Amino acid sequence: MRIDGFRKDKAVWTLISVLIFIFFFMFIVYPIFSILKSSIYENGAFTLENFRRFFGESYYSSTLINSLKIAVVVALCSLALGIPLAYFNTMYVLKGSTAIQIITILCSMSAPFVGAYSWILMFGRSGAITKFLSDVFGFKMPNIYGFAGIVIVMTTKLFPLVYLYVCGAIKNIDNSLLEASESMGVVGVKRFWKITFQLCVPSVLAVTMMVFIRALADYGTPALIGEGYRTFSVEIYKQYMGEGGNSHGFASAISVVAIAITAVFFFAQRYFANKHSFKMNALHPIQKKKAKGFYNVFIHVVSYALVAFSFLPQVYLVYCSFRKTTPSGQSFIEGYSLNNYRLFFARMGESVWNTLLLGGFTLIVTISIAVLISYLIVRLPSKLNNTIDTLSMLPYVIPGSVVGIALVISYSTRPLVLTGTFIIMVIAISIRRMPYTIRSSVATLQQIPITVEEAAESLGTTRGRTFLRITIPMMSNGIISGAILSWITILTELSTSIILYSSNTITLTLATYNFVSRGNYGCAAASASILTFFTALSLVLFFRISKTKDLSM
Amino acid sequence: MKVRITIDHALKKYDGNTVIPDLSLVVEEGELFTLLGPSGCGKTTLLRMIAGFNSVEGGKFLFNDKEINNLSPSKRNIGMVFQNYAIFPHMSVKENVMFGLKNRKLPQDEIEKTTAKFLRLMQIEQFKDRMPDKLSGGQQQRVALARALAISPDVLLMDEPLSNLDAKLRIEMRKVIKDIQREVGITTVYVTHDQEEAMAISDRIAVMNGGVIQQIGSPRELYQRPQNLFVATFIGHTNIVKAKLAGNNILFDGYKLVLDNLKDVPDQEVQVSIRPEEFIINEDTSSEGMDAVVEDYVFLGLTTQYFVRLADGDAVEIIRESIVGKDLAVGQHVKLQVKTEKINVYDASEAAMTLIRKE
Ligand SMILES: Nc1ncnc2c1ncn2[C@@H]1O[C@H](COP(=O)(O)OP(=O)(O)OP(=O)(O)O)[C@@H](O)[C@H]1O
Ligand SMILES: [Mg+2]
Repeated sequence: MRIDGFRKDKAVWTLISVLIFIFFFMFIVYPIFSILKSSIYENGAFTLENFRRFFGESYYSSTLINSLKIAVVVALCSLALGIPLAYFNTMYVLKGSTAIQIITILCSMSAPFVGAYSWILMFGRSGAITKFLSDVFGFKMPNIYGFAGIVIVMTTKLFPLVYLYVCGAIKNIDNSLLEASESMGVVGVKRFWKITFQLCVPSVLAVTMMVFIRALADYGTPALIGEGYRTFSVEIYKQYMGEGGNSHGFASAISVVAIAITAVFFFAQRYFANKHSFKMNALHPIQKKKAKGFYNVFIHVVSYALVAFSFLPQVYLVYCSFRKTTPSGQSFIEGYSLNNYRLFFARMGESVWNTLLLGGFTLIVTISIAVLISYLIVRLPSKLNNTIDTLSMLPYVIPGSVVGIALVISYSTRPLVLTGTFIIMVIAISIRRMPYTIRSSVATLQQIPITVEEAAESLGTTRGRTFLRITIPMMSNGIISGAILSWITILTELSTSIILYSSNTITLTLATYNFVSRGNYGCAAASASILTFFTALSLVLFFRISKTKDLSM
Repeated sequence: MKVRITIDHALKKYDGNTVIPDLSLVVEEGELFTLLGPSGCGKTTLLRMIAGFNSVEGGKFLFNDKEINNLSPSKRNIGMVFQNYAIFPHMSVKENVMFGLKNRKLPQDEIEKTTAKFLRLMQIEQFKDRMPDKLSGGQQQRVALARALAISPDVLLMDEPLSNLDAKLRIEMRKVIKDIQREVGITTVYVTHDQEEAMAISDRIAVMNGGVIQQIGSPRELYQRPQNLFVATFIGHTNIVKAKLAGNNILFDGYKLVLDNLKDVPDQEVQVSIRPEEFIINEDTSSEGMDAVVEDYVFLGLTTQYFVRLADGDAVEIIRESIVGKDLAVGQHVKLQVKTEKINVYDASEAAMTLIRKE
C-alpha cells in the first residue's frame, strides 16, 4: 500500500519532468535548431552564403562591432555610476535614501525605448530643452542621436541595476571585516578597493553580464535614437521584416552570430564568477555613518544628481502626456488637457486589456513551470532534471528578437501554426523570463530546510502532497515577489513581442512604440505614462508583500 | 614596543543611554587581561573603545603615556580577533595573514618570512593556499590569530574568540592562545562571559556588571577573596548563609565561628559566602555545627555532591571527596562546620561589600 503510493508519486514526478522537457524541447531546442538550419540551409541546399555575406560586407559586420561597442561602453558607464551610488547609500547616511532606492528601482524597470523617446522630446533636434537653450542662450545642443544617445539612454536605464546588485552585496558584508581591515591599517579608498569592492566582485560580475546582455540585445533604444548608428538587433529586425528585401535566412544567420557572442560572454562571466565565489553572511551588517563636511555635501549632490538624471525622462513624459498637441499629435502646443488619454483609449484602449491578459497568462505559465522546475532541480536531481536545468538557462543568452524570430520560423507552417496567436506571445515571453524566475525559485527553495519536508513525509504524506501543502506555502513569499518582478518585465517587454504581435495581441508597450514611431507623440506620452503607472503600482505591491526595500532580478 | 593600557574615567553613551558610567583600569605590559561579566554588561563596548571603533564620550584612553582617544583604529597598531573571526572570504589563508603586512609596504621577503613564521606558529602552514570557507572553525580561529599577530601589534584585542567553537576545541584553543600570548609577550585584552575560560587563561580579570567594574584581580584572588557578593556568585558557585556579626564572632543558628581577618566594623547582620567545598560534614550530631538534613546526593566519581537543608529552611550545596563504603543516607541529620580561613563575609546592604580585611 505504502510502496504503491510511493511508486505512484515517483511516476507523477517523472511525468512532470518529461512534460517540461517536451515543452522546452518544442519551444527552446527546436526553435534554436530551426534558426540554425535556416541560416545554413537555403532552397534545400547547404550554404554558408549568409555568414559569408554578414562577415564579408562591412555594411553588416559593422552592426555587430557597433553593438559590441555599445554594450561594453554602457556596461562600463553603468558600473562607474552604479557602484559609487551604491557605496554612498550603504556606507553613509543619505537624506531620502528610501526615495533614492525606490526611484532607481522604478527607473530600472521602465521600458528602455521610453527613455529614448523622452530624451528625444527633451534634447532632440526639436526637443523642448534644445529649443529653450538655443532661443534663450543661443547654445547649440550637441547631437544626441547615434552612439552617444544610445549610450546615455541605456546607461540611465541600466546603471540602477548595478546600483541594486552592489547594494545587495554590500549589505551582505559583515562589519567586522571592515573593522579587521581597519585594525591592520587599511582604511578609506584603499579599504574600499581591497575589501569592500572585492567582496562585491561576484555580484558585480553577474550584473555586468546582465547589463551587457541587455545593452547588446536592446532593440527599441537604437531603433529610436540610433539613426545612422546601426546595431545588429535592429538589423535582425529589418532583415526579418524584409526591409532590405531579404530572406529569413540572413536574419537567422545574424541571430546565430548574436547567440554565439552572447554565449561566449556568458561563459566567460561564469568562469570568472566561479573563480571568485565565496560565502558571506552578515551577522552585523555595516552601520551607516554620517559623512562630514564637504564630503557629505559631495555624496548628497552626486546621489541626487544621478537619481534625477535617470528619473527625469519618465517625469517629463508624464508631464507631456497632459499637454495639448496639434491634431496629428506630432507636436506639443500651449495648454493642458486630457485629450492625449482620450485619443489613446479610443485608438488603442484594447491594448491595456491585452497587456493585463497577456501578463496574467504569461505569469501563470512562467511561475508554475519555474516552481516545478526548481523543485525538480533542488530536491529530485537526476540526469533528466539537470538537462532541464541547463535548457532553462539557454534563453538567457538569446536576444529577445531572436527568440521571436526562432519561434516564427518554427511554428509558421503546419502541423503546428502558432504565429499571430495569443499563445505564441505567452510562450515566447515566459520562455524569456524562465531563467530569472527559476534562479530565484531555486534560491528560495534552497533556504527552506529539507527537514521540514522530511518531517511531513515521515508523517505519511506523499511527496506530491508535501510539495503542495508544505513546500509551496513556504516558498510563497519568494514566489509572489518574484512574480511581481516578472509581471513588470512582461509589461515592458518589446523586442520579442514586436516580432510576434498581431493587431489582436498588441500590448501597451507595443502601442507606445507604435505611437512613437508613427510620430504621434501625444498619445505615446499618454500610453507611456499609463505604463509607468502600472509599473509603479506593481512595485508598491511588491514592497508591501516582500517587506523589503531590496530586490534582485 | 611594550604597551601599558590606561583607562581613566571612561564614559560611554549610546544615544543618551549610559552604558559605562565611569570606568578606570590599567592593563600592565605583556599581561593577558580579561574582561568578564554577564551578557550586556559592556565588555564588547569597552573593548571597542580601546580599539577605537566606538566613540568615547568621556575620560581618557592611554597607550603608555600617549592619549589615543581621537586616534583612528588604523593608527593604534592593534591586532584584533573577532567573535566571528572576520576572515576575508575572498582571500586564501596566506593572503589573509599577509594582508596587514602588505599594507606596511615591507620588503617582499620580509613579508613572506613573517607570514611563514606565523603560519607555522599557529600550525596552519598546510592550509595556506586554502580558501577560508574550506576551513573548520578552529582552523579559522588560528588564521584570525595569525593575521592579528603578524603585524606585530602593540596590543592584542579579542572579543569572545572561542564562543563559536565546540567545548573540546574551546579548551584546546585557549591553551593555544595563552601559549602564543606568552611567547609573543603582547599586552592582551580578552573578552569573555565564560568564567571558567577567564580563569584558565588570564593573568588578571576585571569582573564587570552593568558597565561597572566589580573587582580586578588574579583568578585566585577573585575566587578566594571576592570583594562583593556579585563576584562571589559570578565566579564559581557559592552558598549564601545569613548570620550575625558580634566582634570577631560570626553567629549562625546554633554555631559560632571566630574569624581573625575581619575588618573593624560594628556588630550587624551579615551574609556569609561558603563555597560547596568549604563545608565540613560531621555525622556526629552531638558535635558543634549547624543543624542540617541531607535531602539528596549525587555521586560524581571524584567528588560527591550533597543537597542539604539547614534548620532555618535554607538549602545549601556541599561537595566533598567521595568516600568508600556507606555514604550518608537521605533524611539523615548531620552537623555542618566550615573551613574558617576560606569563607567570606559580606554586609547585608545591597552592594554586599566584603568585611574581610585585605591580606
Ligand atoms: N550600537 C549600539 N547602540 C545602542 N546600544 C548598544 C549598542 N551596542 C551595545 N549597546 C548596548 O550596550 C550594552 C552593552 O553591550 P555590549 O555589547 O558591550 O555587551 P557585552 O558585555 O559585550 O555582552 P555580550 O556578552 O552579550 O557580548 C547593552 O545593553 C547593549 O544593548
Ligand atoms: Mg559582546
